[in-house]
Amino acid sequence: MTPRPTDSRQYATFRVADLFLGIEVLKVQELIRRQEMTHVPLAPQAVEGLINLRGQIVIAIDTRRSLGLPAAEGDDQRVNIAIRTGDSVVSLLVDEVCDVIDIPLSAYAPVPENMPLEQRQLIQCVYHVKDGLMLVLDTARVFENACS
Amino acid sequence: MDQNEREQMNEDIRQFLIESNENLVTLDDEIVKLEKTPENKKLISSVFRTIHTIKGTCGFFGYDRLSGTAHITENILSQVRAGQRKLTPPLISLVLEAVDKIKMLLISIETTGGEGEVDCAELIGRLEQAHLDLHWPAEETPVAAPAAVKTRAKAKTDAAPSASLRMTEAAAGVAEAAPRMTEVVAIREEPVAEVALKSASAPAPVMVAKAEAPEPAAAPERRRPEAANSIDSTIRVDVGLLDKLMNLVGELVLARNQLLQDTSSQSATLQKTSQRLNLITSELQEGVMKTRMQPIGVVWNKMPRIVRDLAQQCGKQIRIEMIGADTELDKTIIEAIKDPLTHIVRNSCDHGVELPAIREGKDKDAEGRLLLRAYHEGGVVNIEIADDGAGIDPAKMKAKAIEKGLITEEQAAQMGDRAARELIFAPGFSTAEKITSISGRGVGMDVVKTNIEKIGGNVEILAGEPCGTTIRIRIPLTLAIIPGLIVALTSEPGGRVKEERFVVPQANLLELVRLEGAKIAERIKSLHGTPIFHYRGKLLPLVYLRKVLGKSAAPDDRDVVSIVVLHAEGRQIALVVDTIHDTQEIVVKPLGRQLKGLECYLGGTIMGDGLPALILDVAGVARLASLQGRTGVGQEAERGRMQQVDAPTQMLLLFRAGSFHRLAVPLPMVARLEKVPTARVERAAGQAVLHYRGDILSLVPLAQVLDPGCAHDAFAPEIMEVIVFTDGVRRIGVVVDEIVDIVDEAIAVRRGCTAPGLLGSAVIGGKVTDLLDLHAIVSASGDQWSTAQDDTVVLREVA
Repeated sequence: MTPRPTDSRQYATFRVADLFLGIEVLKVQELIRRQEMTHVPLAPQAVEGLINLRGQIVIAIDTRRSLGLPAAEGDDQRVNIAIRTGDSVVSLLVDEVCDVIDIPLSAYAPVPENMPLEQRQLIQCVYHVKDGLMLVLDTARVFENACS
Repeated sequence: MDQNEREQMNEDIRQFLIESNENLVTLDDEIVKLEKTPENKKLISSVFRTIHTIKGTCGFFGYDRLSGTAHITENILSQVRAGQRKLTPPLISLVLEAVDKIKMLLISIETTGGEGEVDCAELIGRLEQAHLDLHWPAEETPVAAPAAVKTRAKAKTDAAPSASLRMTEAAAGVAEAAPRMTEVVAIREEPVAEVALKSASAPAPVMVAKAEAPEPAAAPERRRPEAANSIDSTIRVDVGLLDKLMNLVGELVLARNQLLQDTSSQSATLQKTSQRLNLITSELQEGVMKTRMQPIGVVWNKMPRIVRDLAQQCGKQIRIEMIGADTELDKTIIEAIKDPLTHIVRNSCDHGVELPAIREGKDKDAEGRLLLRAYHEGGVVNIEIADDGAGIDPAKMKAKAIEKGLITEEQAAQMGDRAARELIFAPGFSTAEKITSISGRGVGMDVVKTNIEKIGGNVEILAGEPCGTTIRIRIPLTLAIIPGLIVALTSEPGGRVKEERFVVPQANLLELVRLEGAKIAERIKSLHGTPIFHYRGKLLPLVYLRKVLGKSAAPDDRDVVSIVVLHAEGRQIALVVDTIHDTQEIVVKPLGRQLKGLECYLGGTIMGDGLPALILDVAGVARLASLQGRTGVGQEAERGRMQQVDAPTQMLLLFRAGSFHRLAVPLPMVARLEKVPTARVERAAGQAVLHYRGDILSLVPLAQVLDPGCAHDAFAPEIMEVIVFTDGVRRIGVVVDEIVDIVDEAIAVRRGCTAPGLLGSAVIGGKVTDLLDLHAIVSASGDQWSTAQDDTVVLREVA
C-alpha cells in the first residue's frame, strides 16, 4: 500500500562532500550530467557559470561554495540538479546524485546546534534516515545567498 | 437550449466583447479630439457609429442596461450630427461618462457573464435630461468626472488579460506597408519645426503625431484598413500562441547558427540547402517578431483623454504632444508600462504644470505643454515624459524627506541636487502641498519605479527646475533578437587555448580598429597610467575588457591590438579585446536574479555551438572601467560608485604652466598631446609657430597669456609639452610645462572666474584646480575660431 501523502514526503537526495542532503522531489525539474559551462566574470562567488538548458540560460550554483566547503579534488564529475524557482530555473551543482526516498514525517529532527553557521542557515530541517541524517536544503535561501 | 447552442452563444458574446473593446480604444481619443474641433463631421460620424454598433449588438443579447445607456448616448450624438446642438465641454464630459459606464458593463459581462451590480439609472436619467433639453446644461452642472476616471483606471487593468493581438496576413501586411510609408513621409513634411528641433538629437527616425491634429489619420493607431477588407485579411490570434511561436523561432535561429558554423564539412547540396534555410529563418524570424510588436501609440492614445480630464479638474490648460508614437515595442512590454506611464503623466499634470495664472506670472504660455517622446537607442527603448512646469525643487524635496523621516539632516546636507530629485522615488514620499484626488498619496512613484525595474528597465529624472521636469524610462528589449558583434578573450590554461566570448550590441558599435607593430605605440599613449587612444583627431579612454572583468592582463608584447570603438550614454570608449569575430543575430535572453547586480551585462544568449555567452552592457562596462581607473577593483570600487552616483563624471586633463600649478581642461576637447624639441619652434609675424603635419601651428605660451607680466619662458626647456586643440578646421598648440595627470571625476566645488583665460576653480583630485577657458586663450592669441562649438562644450561640461 502506498503511504498517504500526509504521512511522508518524497525527497531527492544527493551528496556534497560528506553531507547527505535532500530536496523535496516536486521542486526538482530534471538532472543534467556533464554540461559545458560558460564562466561569468565578476559574478557572485557561488555562481559557477551558465548552462544551456534547451534554449534557456540557467545559472549553475556550486553547492559546495554555498555551504562554505572546499572545492572537490580530482575529476569534475558533478551533476546539475535543475530546480524550479518561481518562473525560472536555477541549477545546483552536486557531487553525486542518490535515490528518491520516502521519509515519514515522524523522522523529523531539529538542525544540530554544532553545525557551522554557514551551513546551518541553509538547512531547513533534518530527518533521521537509515544510515544517519538527511539535511533538507533550503533552496530559496541558497539562491538568495548566491545573489551577493 | 442544448449544449451546442449555448456554446455558440458564448462564442458570439466573446466576439462581441472583443469587437467592442477594440472600438472603445479609439473612442476616448476621438471624443477628446472632437472637443477641440467640434465641427469635424467625420469624427462625429465615427463616434456615432461605434456607439450605434454596440447598441445594436447588445440589444440582441438582452443586455438592457448596456443597450439603454448606448441608446440614449446615440440619440444625443445623433442630434449633434444633425446640427441640432453644439458639443459643449459639459456635454462631452457626459458622453465620456457614458462611455466609461459602457466599459464597466462590458467588463462585468466579461468577468461575470452578466451586467452585474453596475448601476446606470442615475446616468441614464441625466443623459435623458440632456437629450430633451437642447440647451443643456442651462446652468453650472457639477461634472462627476473624478469618480468616472477612477473606476475607469481600475476597469482598464482588469481588462488587460483579455487582450488579443491582431495579426495581419503576410500578404495584407505587404500591401499595407506601402501606404504606411507614404504616410510617414507626409507627416514628416508637416511644418512641425519646433518639435523636430527637439528631436534632432534622437538617433532613431522619429515620427511626429500631434495629439490635437484635426484628422484621425494622424492618431498613433495607424492601422486602419478599410472596413470591407479588414474582415478578409485579419485574423485574431491568442497571444500565448505567438509567445510559443516566438520561442520556437528563437530555437530555430540557434539551430541555424549552429548549422552555418559548420559548413566546411558539408557537401555542396547541403551547403545550398543550409543557405536557403538561413534566408527563410531570417524572414520567418522577422515576421514573427513583427506580429508581437505594437506601436507605443497603443498606450499613448489613452493619454489625451486622461490629460483632458485632469486639466479640467485642476483648472489647468495642458496641451499634449507626442513624438515617436510609432516606436514599436514588444507586446509584453507595452502591457507592463501602461500603468507606470499613466501614473507619470498624471503626476506631471497635477504637480508639474502650474495653474494658468501662475504660469503667466512666470512669463510662460498659459497653456502647459506635456511632451511624450519615444525612441530606440542601443537596443533600449527610451520613453520621455517632459513637462514645462514648475520642475522639482531639490531643497523642497530634502525638507520634505527630512520631515517624513526618510533621511537625516546630515544625509540631506551631503545630497546633491540630482539625488534630491530622485527622492521622489522613495517609498512613502509625497510633496504635494495638498493631497488631491488625482495624485499625491505617496504611493505612486516608488511603485512606478519598482514596476519598471521588474521588466529590467530604469527610470530617471533628467532635468530639474526651472525648465520643467523630464522623466526618462529606459526599457531594454529583453524579448528581442538583436544583431551583435562577437568578441573574445583568450587564455591558455595548461597549453589548451580557451576562448571566452562576449557579445557587443551592434547599436553601440562605431568602428573596429586593428593596430599592428609600430602603429600601436603611435596611437596608444599612456599618461600617468591612464591609457589613451588617438582616434580620428580625438583622445578616447582606452578600456581593457580583461581588466574590467577582473582577469589577468594580457602580455604587453602583443604585435596586434584589436580595438572596438563604442558609444553609450553620450560618451565614447575604446575597448580592447583579444579577438574580434563576426556579427550575428542573437536572441537576447534574461539572466537570472543572481546576476542582476552585475551592471556590465545586458543579458545572455546562446551561441551557435550551444554554449551560453554574455551580452555586454557598454554603458556599464564604461562605468566600471572609469571606477577601476581610480580606486582599483573590488569593494573600494563599490564604495566609489555609491559616492559618485550623484554627479556624472568627466575626463579631465591636468597640467602645469608657469605659476599655475594645476590647470584642467576636459579631455574630449584635446586633439593631441605632443612632445616637441624647442629647437623646432619658428617665428612667423612675431608669433611662435611650429611646422606641424604639413601645416603651420600657432603656439600659445600659456603661462604668459594667463599672466602677461611673468618672466616665465615656455620655450626655455629643450623639450616642450604641447596640447593641440582643434575646432575641426584650424589648430592651436598650447605650450605648457608639464602634463600632470588624467582624472575622471565629478567636479566638486566651483568658484567663479578668477583671472582672464580661466573659467573658475574647482576641487579636482582633492586639490584646487583652475579650469582653462580655451576660447579666451584662442582670442588672446589674436586668433578667431570659426565656430563657438568648443566654447559651449566647456561651459556645459563645467556647469
